[in-house]
Amino acid sequence: MQNNKGFGPYNKKVIDHFTNPHNYGVIEDASGVGSVGNPVCGDMMKLYIKVEKKAGKEIITDIKFKTFGCAAAIATSSMITDMAVGMTVEEAKKLTRKDVSNELGGLPPIKEHCSNLAADALHKAISEYENKRNSKP
Amino acid sequence: MKRIYFDHAATTALDKDVLEKMQPYFSRHFGNASSLHTFGQEARQALDKSRQEIANILNCDPLEIIFTSGGTESDNLAVKGPTLAAFRDKLISKPLHIITTKIEHPAILKTVKQLEKLFGFEVTYTDVDVNGLVNLSQLESEIKDNTILVSVMYANNEVGTIEPIPEISKIIQKYKGKRQKNGSKLPIYFHTDAVQAGGYLDLDVKKLGVDMLSISGHKFYGPKGTGLLYIKKGTKVEAINTGGGHENGLRAGTENIPGIVGLAVALKNAQESGDEIGKKVSSVRDYLIKNLTKKIDGVILTGHPEIRLPNIASFLIERIEGESMLINLDLKGIAVSTGSACSSGSLEPSHVLKALNYPPEKIHGSLRISLGKENTKEEIDYFLEVFPEIVDKLREISAL
Repeated sequence: MQNNKGFGPYNKKVIDHFTNPHNYGVIEDASGVGSVGNPVCGDMMKLYIKVEKKAGKEIITDIKFKTFGCAAAIATSSMITDMAVGMTVEEAKKLTRKDVSNELGGLPPIKEHCSNLAADALHKAISEYENKRNSKP
Repeated sequence: MKRIYFDHAATTALDKDVLEKMQPYFSRHFGNASSLHTFGQEARQALDKSRQEIANILNCDPLEIIFTSGGTESDNLAVKGPTLAAFRDKLISKPLHIITTKIEHPAILKTVKQLEKLFGFEVTYTDVDVNGLVNLSQLESEIKDNTILVSVMYANNEVGTIEPIPEISKIIQKYKGKRQKNGSKLPIYFHTDAVQAGGYLDLDVKKLGVDMLSISGHKFYGPKGTGLLYIKKGTKVEAINTGGGHENGLRAGTENIPGIVGLAVALKNAQESGDEIGKKVSSVRDYLIKNLTKKIDGVILTGHPEIRLPNIASFLIERIEGESMLINLDLKGIAVSTGSACSSGSLEPSHVLKALNYPPEKIHGSLRISLGKENTKEEIDYFLEVFPEIVDKLREISAL
């Protein structure tokens, strides 16, 4: 059912992010990539971050995602990119699953695991970036 | 916005003439068919007439028709009634055995599971091939001396494949004969869930050779909450709904007269014009299949290419997920369904498509279009106009 409140179990903000997702695509020279989920389970997400040093701080200056999955998976992907862009790496590491679903105004209970996916992908991308950074001579 | 309904396997709109014929039985002839007075007799008359009309279509005795609240209840009675009667009578010392298919509706699957859990019944879930057809020789090899029931759906609700019911019946008849010869007390019954078939296929129970057959009214423009189970005379059945002895003592509860009247009219309409409507619907469906596979790459048609219901076209759209397609289509006014886990609430993708051996990542991209008599090629054209854009967008976002 469509109405100004959303669609079925989803609120309007979730549907907006689903129908017009922000920041989807690929960053070719990404600082880190986080790949989570499994197509067998019905959702898979790849998150790309670009980290640049500004005034001694590591800032996420660009972020993009690619997601195979349901409306909640796509909406949370889009949401987390909006939240993380401009953050320092340390700030982004603190973003939780709950933060993403709260920022979206809540997800249907059965879809909560989709917000896990987005937060997990971000944390994975950051840890890939840190591993690369730390292994540099 | 234009609104297009492509989900007739879920339910259909009540036909106007069906509603008209139901109308007098809500407030005017409202009697209880069990009452002896004139109010009751009016209701009884309508009940008897409807039962007779349906018996004519099914080519059976009116007493062999048990009205229920729908397909699910009919399936429950078909599975539990005869098996629990045999269990009650302690016909054999071994656990009772049921054979069904991996692609049945949950109304069958969950019910046999319950018997497995509660009473220690054995259940065999027979395989289907990639087109959804039961393998006759495998099915035959699975019949054992403790088999009491074989239940195979007439046509599948997700992919539309039509099962060879008369051929399966021949196998069952052979075992019935064998049991008679060797003096076995255990009967073997054959049930078919004809819920999706009711609107389009021949329901002559003699030709089909079944002992039980389930039908649901709302799948062919009849009212929701109505259905029936045909039970062949001589079948020993334990009632599931107990109470006032209605429906030959097999299904207690005051008869839903307006519903039963509507069910009979809708079934008669469907069976009388079934061939003509089937032709029209299948030509729209074929137009859809031909053009969709032309317009979009990475599309797989599921189900048997020929032996299928006229109204169901089921696809797998590669690299994208079903719920995403469904919501996008609904935002364009088009109602479809999907077997993707994400839409089901259970997080389990379609057991039917799994049984047809498709990999889970493809099953998540399932899309079912089930047409009705009012759908047109123009509506398909609109779908073909908006759907490729949706697919392109989702594929652009997709990680696969």
